[in-house]
This record gives sequence, C-alpha cells and structure tokens, in this order.
Amino acid sequence: MARLRMVWLRSTWWLTCTASVVLLSVAADAWGQEGQPFAGLGRPPSDAERRDVLVDPDGRELPIGSGSAAEGVTVYARRGCTACHGPTGSEGPAVALVGGQVTTRTNYWPIRHWPFAPSIWDYIRRAMPYDRPGTLTVDEVYAVTAFLLYRNDLIAEDYVLDEQTLPMVEMPARSTYQIPQAWTLETPRGFEIVPEH
Amino acid sequence: MQAKRPSRRRFLKKSVAVAGLAASPPALGATASAAEAPPPAVIDNNSLDAVLYGRRSRFVTITREIEGRSHSTTPRIRPTPQRPSARTPLAELVGGITPTSLHFTTQHYYGIPDINPDEHTLMIEGLVERPLVFTMNELRRFPVVSRICFLECIGNRPSPRAETVTGTHGRMGCSEWTGVPLSLLLEAAGIKNSAQWVIAEAASGGRHTKSVPMEKALDDVLVAYGQNGEPVRPDHGFPLRLVVPGFEGIYNVKWLRRIKVVDQPYLSFQEHSRFLTPNPKTQQDSYEFGPSSVITTPSGGQRLSGPGPQVISGLAWSGAGVVTGVEVSTDGGRTYHQAELAGPVLPKAHTRFVLPWRWTGEEATLQSRCLDEKGQLQPSEAEYARYWDLTRGQLYGTIQSQLGHCNWVQPWKVGRDGKVTNGLAPVDVVVDVHG
Repeated sequence: MARLRMVWLRSTWWLTCTASVVLLSVAADAWGQEGQPFAGLGRPPSDAERRDVLVDPDGRELPIGSGSAAEGVTVYARRGCTACHGPTGSEGPAVALVGGQVTTRTNYWPIRHWPFAPSIWDYIRRAMPYDRPGTLTVDEVYAVTAFLLYRNDLIAEDYVLDEQTLPMVEMPARSTYQIPQAWTLETPRGFEIVPEH
Repeated sequence: MQAKRPSRRRFLKKSVAVAGLAASPPALGATASAAEAPPPAVIDNNSLDAVLYGRRSRFVTITREIEGRSHSTTPRIRPTPQRPSARTPLAELVGGITPTSLHFTTQHYYGIPDINPDEHTLMIEGLVERPLVFTMNELRRFPVVSRICFLECIGNRPSPRAETVTGTHGRMGCSEWTGVPLSLLLEAAGIKNSAQWVIAEAASGGRHTKSVPMEKALDDVLVAYGQNGEPVRPDHGFPLRLVVPGFEGIYNVKWLRRIKVVDQPYLSFQEHSRFLTPNPKTQQDSYEFGPSSVITTPSGGQRLSGPGPQVISGLAWSGAGVVTGVEVSTDGGRTYHQAELAGPVLPKAHTRFVLPWRWTGEEATLQSRCLDEKGQLQPSEAEYARYWDLTRGQLYGTIQSQLGHCNWVQPWKVGRDGKVTNGLAPVDVVVDVHG
C-alpha cells in the first residue's frame, strides 16, 4: 500500500514538473517542487555535508585518496590509536583490531571477519579516533585501514589502498556472507508458535 | 538488602552462570535503594523547583538500575567512569507507560552527547530526487504523529536466572513518541525506484548506523523529538531519534543526524553480529520481536504479605501488533487461566495484564504467556531451545547477541515463606566459539 502511494506521489510530481517546464513558469528550487506540500522545508546539503560520506559495502562511494600500511603505522601512532588499541593493534585495552575470535557472545566482529573492506574504511572515517571522530583526512583513513588489513594478513605491506583497490581486497568472511532478505510487512517471523485451538 | 556491590568480573560470571539464588543479585535493586536511603528529612513540596517541574514524594525512591558491562566484549575504556546505561525497575512500576526518568537506556561504547538543538540537522540523502537537510524547527513544521510503543534491547534477558525482573527483563520500556513519520520526509525528498533500505546514522561518537528495510521505513517509523509529551531526553537521543515500533532496540537510532536511502544494507560496526552469524535463523529473526510477557508482581526478590487475596500483574507485548490475550499459570504451566488486559491495549506497546489470585500459603510457580494478533504464542523455554536446536547450557551461553528475542516464558517461584525467586532451573553454561 505504502509503496503504491509513493509511486503515485512520484507520478504527480512528474506531472507537476513537466507542467512547470511546459508553462515556462518560474523554475522551482530543485529540492521543492510547486504544489508539493512540504516544498520549502529543508535545504540542499552543503559541500562539506556531501563530503561527509557514508560509504557502501561495495566501496562505490569511496572518495579519491590513497594510503599504504607503511604510512598507516605513522598515522596510527600520531593520531593516538595506540592509547586504546595498543602499539600494534592487539594489546587493548579496547577491542583488538588484529586477530580476535568471534564467539557467540561477541557483540562486534574482529575486523578480519568483516565481509567488506570498505566498511572498515567507512567506520574508521566516521567514528575514529575515539575522542575526535571524523577528524582523520581521507588519505589518513586509507593509510590506517591499510595498516590494519596488513596486520591481519589480508594485504601486503606495500599494497597501496585507494578508491579502486580497497573494494578489491578479498575478505575471508565475504564467501559466507549472505545479503539479508529485505523485510516486508508480510515477512513471517522464523520462529512462530501458533496454538492448535 | 545487599551490602556490597559485586565487582564487574564477579557480576559477569554470576549473571550468566549457575549463580544459585544465594548468589549476589546483578546489581542493587530499586527496593534495595528504597530500603537503604531514608527519605530526606526536609523536602518542601511547595518549593519553586517542585512547582516549576514537579517532584515526586520523598517517600518514593524508585530508580533505574545501573548496568554493569553488559557484554563481555565491551571495551573497558569509557568516556565516563560509569557506563551510562541503566535498566527499567519493572517491579516497581504500574500501568503501561514507563516514566521517562525510569526508561531503560543503553549506550554502546560512547557516552551521551550534549547536542544543541539549534545546531542539529537531519540530512536525507542517497537514492532521492532532492537531498535535503532539515533543521529541528523545520521538522516541527511537518504534520506530527504520536505512537505509544515498547522499546526493547536485543540484549534483553541478559541473565534469565537473575534474581529480579529488572535483572531478567529490565532492558525495555514503553513511551509515547512524537514526531514526523519518516515516510513524509522520504516523500519530501522523493525516493528513487531502486531504493530498498534506509541507513540511519547517529551523531554520537560511535556514529552508530543501522539498516532499516524500506517497507518498514514507509510503514510506521517515526523521526521523534518528543517522548511522553516533552522533548526527548539526552539519554534517549535528544534532540532527535528514530523510533522503529516493534523492531529490535538497535534500529531505534538515537541522536539521529542522517537518513541515507540505499539499495542494500550497509553492515557497519554494530550490524555485523546479527547479519553475519552462521545461523540463518538469526538473520531471519532480526527484525520484529515475537510475543512476550513477564509477571512483574509478584516477581523475584519480593515477598508475599501472607496467604489470602493477591494480585498477579505483569506486562505483555509483541512486535507483531496488539496483544490479544495473556494466560497466567500458578502451577508452573500445567494449567493456565485467562488474565484480564488492563488496557489500553495498543499495537507494539506494553500491555498490562492482571489476574486476581488467592494464595493458599503453599509453594506456587507463577508464569505468563502472551498471544498476539498474528496468532503467535509465546514459547516455553523448551520450545525455544528446540527451535534453535540448543541444549539448555548452550541456550544460556549463547543468548545475547546471537539469538536475541529471548521471549520464552519466565517462571517465578513462591516459597512457603512467601519469598519469590527465579523459577528457572540452574544451568551449566556453555560458551561456543566459532570462526
């Protein structure tokens, strides 16, 4: 139902758009068509907001940049990663970035078990360092990602990560990962008990 | 009641494991604090503060119960000395709405941010015709909707054999949430045909992100700025949060700063454990909660005043919609009686049930089970274990993030002395390791 309604709304927008163009009326702002009930609310994202990208698992949205494990060692130390993750990434006191096991009580997955390498880049870029998230440069994020992938034996030390090569890094967990089925209003729960009466 | 607080390490061991009922409870209960803290001598009910914002009686001292480390893997580093997560004191509460001050709250890895609402924005981007950034004031100019719904952590039931109902079920609450339907914001931005999911992102340090299926996003998801009639509190996501009725707590992204419309789930940090588990059943049940219920009165840690008239009361809820019935047993599940739904009975909301009961003074085992509008019945522990193909030891060793939805029936045992204890039999825990 909801879907149908959205489709219908889209078509009315199209009509409105087309009519506006045909009548050569005043060009509506790109983000608020005339006749649309919420037109005028909201503004387009700024350049900075557009750069603050949330990267997809396939890495199609990775920004241009590069870095290697050798550079990553420096970034890792200079940006204070050692304070929480230890000098080589496995000492803690925070979660081990190198090695690590998945247990049935694990609430996070050690990065070598992540199925998509770009997700690691994305998380570091948005959420790290712990006390100043979002302050690493694009190249620094590539470098520190390379350092961690290298330390987990997933890439060679001199392998340069960039927006092209990072998505190609083969993650061992990729082969067992299945894309979750999209939930619909009709999707039954797996575990269901329906009484007999 | 309890003299000293157990150390974290001991807490972890005991809350999961064997921990006979003689062992220390996981944390201080509300009753304990009530017993320990005498009412302040002088409180002026007519003071300016009391008149301006209201104040409860000095004889009421119910508090939330601070969480220990809920996950054995949680990093030990904290931005604050104490983890700002706490459970709802279910046994002390009446009705269906959880007071905001007592509503459970969970923070993962990062503390509660201090956000200026005048500077806070929400960006809608991705597969949309018009990416948009809204201020809080603009969001308030959209048509407003309120929904009363429960919010439950996927890690609720962290220690099913805990002494009190706060220990067994305290990671849930029920509020009236007020805000803009997400569908309206998506309509304003114009979603493209390829859109299948939305990714919600938090403004907190960890930048928590969660993938929400599009059909749910267009159904009843709220971008909420109100909770129980006033602005959402900081520990619940001030100034803006996502409310995804009936779904696991982790979907309800707090401090919401971005909605990205996409064609596939994005699998960030906190999503892996659910999406990547080798058990496909876990993935299938990683959305709405099934039918559940628990008796809160009488419940563990309480003592019946004596034989004679008593009342059995508790909460029932289901992510599938309305609770259609609750049955209560006083003999450990051999026979069940229909309880009365005290109302209001709302979809995906805590529903209070009540059953008058005459206690004879003999041992009794009280438990409840919920039936929801989809015709699903709350499972017994044995039925739950059978579905997951687990022994009891495995069940209690694996529950937290891998299974979730731990909605099996909770028994409370009433002793001849009137003392109420957890009725689940002791168990040897097995912790599996894979990968």
